[in-house]
Amino acid sequence: MNIKVLGPGCRNCVTLERVTREAVEALGIEVEIEKVTDYAAIAGYGVMSTPGLVVDGEVVLYGRVPTAAQVREILEPLVTR
Amino acid sequence: MTAPSRSVVGGSTGRLVAALLTAATVWVGLYALNEVAWDTVMGDWLGLDLSHRVVDAVHFFLYDVTKILLLLVGMIFVIGLLRTTLRPERVRAFLEGKPLWLSLGMAAVLGAVTPFCSCSSIPLFIGFVAAGVPLGVTFAFLIASPLVNEVAVVMLADLFGWQLTGAYVGAGLGIAVVVGWIFSRLHLERWVEDFVFAAPVAKLGADGHRPTLGERVEAALEETRDIVGRVWKWVIVGVAVGAGVHGWVPTEFFATYAGPDNPFAVVVATVVGVPLYSNAAGVIPIAEALWAKGMATGTVMAFMMGTVALSIPEAVLLRRVLKPPLLALFFGTVTVAIIAVGLVFNIVF
Repeated sequence: MNIKVLGPGCRNCVTLERVTREAVEALGIEVEIEKVTDYAAIAGYGVMSTPGLVVDGEVVLYGRVPTAAQVREILEPLVTR
Repeated sequence: MTAPSRSVVGGSTGRLVAALLTAATVWVGLYALNEVAWDTVMGDWLGLDLSHRVVDAVHFFLYDVTKILLLLVGMIFVIGLLRTTLRPERVRAFLEGKPLWLSLGMAAVLGAVTPFCSCSSIPLFIGFVAAGVPLGVTFAFLIASPLVNEVAVVMLADLFGWQLTGAYVGAGLGIAVVVGWIFSRLHLERWVEDFVFAAPVAKLGADGHRPTLGERVEAALEETRDIVGRVWKWVIVGVAVGAGVHGWVPTEFFATYAGPDNPFAVVVATVVGVPLYSNAAGVIPIAEALWAKGMATGTVMAFMMGTVALSIPEAVLLRRVLKPPLLALFFGTVTVAIIAVGLVFNIVF
């Protein structure tokens, strides 16, 4: 599983990365977490309101900072193991 | 697009409606009690002399901060309920392929009501322009968004009254449309960094999901927390500076140097306001105090618009996508438009 956190690096994006790591840890899964800070790449996902979360190439959330529990609920059904 | 998540609010629609009504009642009660409460606390409980200059300034500060925060929480929540589906991604879809006059007007209005955080302005710019939304329309959106928003409207209406608020909103939308129109007449694409047009633009599938009341309430709560969490400190700083101006700056000062008789005051106020960075929450209480001290209405408006609409940090961000000539043209045109509005306001009000 590959997770990308989209955001130029403001506080919202940092928070999203943190809660995502928390959620991943809580699920106990093996994933690769990348940060995407390049503006063109972010727009390439169709996301215009940052931060955004991409799981295996699919945008699953954008424009808000979720809680770790909400990220966990998003990730749970997507776990491929 | 967001994967469905369990509602924090939970419960049936009936219970939710009851909770909303209770919250509304509590809100009205708090709002009605605000002034009396501070009179009681400071006058009766602490035994302070309310007519003393310092006590009066503190009383004004506490009363005003409470009132503004209450108004902001209430209004952001209500607007949040209404616009749960309005996101820049959706706005772009609205704007694509419409006739120029229609898309300029829509961009200004949608910019005014669509929330986005400032670090989103570059992805938003790329997303709009690379998808084929004309540059002028994109700029109209980018101008209207910080200039006219619910925080500005709440604070203006509280401090200046509805008539001036209406005029400010009209002028803000007007600047966005006029600057957007001017930009659409010039061929400015060559001054946009090339990578913007080369950026691959994916479109998020428009989902047909209609949010339930629970989801709307949850989104509105989230937005209220987010916006109020961001602006409360600005409200406090702004009202504190405003209270200071109220209490200590002699009335003749601004009436003499920035009264309606001095056309240069508008220019100076705008030029001073532009590089400063503040959002509406911070600058409006200060503007109100300047106004009460005799600064001309148009001069105050120009200072406020300059501070809110343009800033150095914004220029630094926009430089990533705009080449220097277009960046300078953008700042120059908006500055001139703000000065013009200030001069007109000084004649009308």
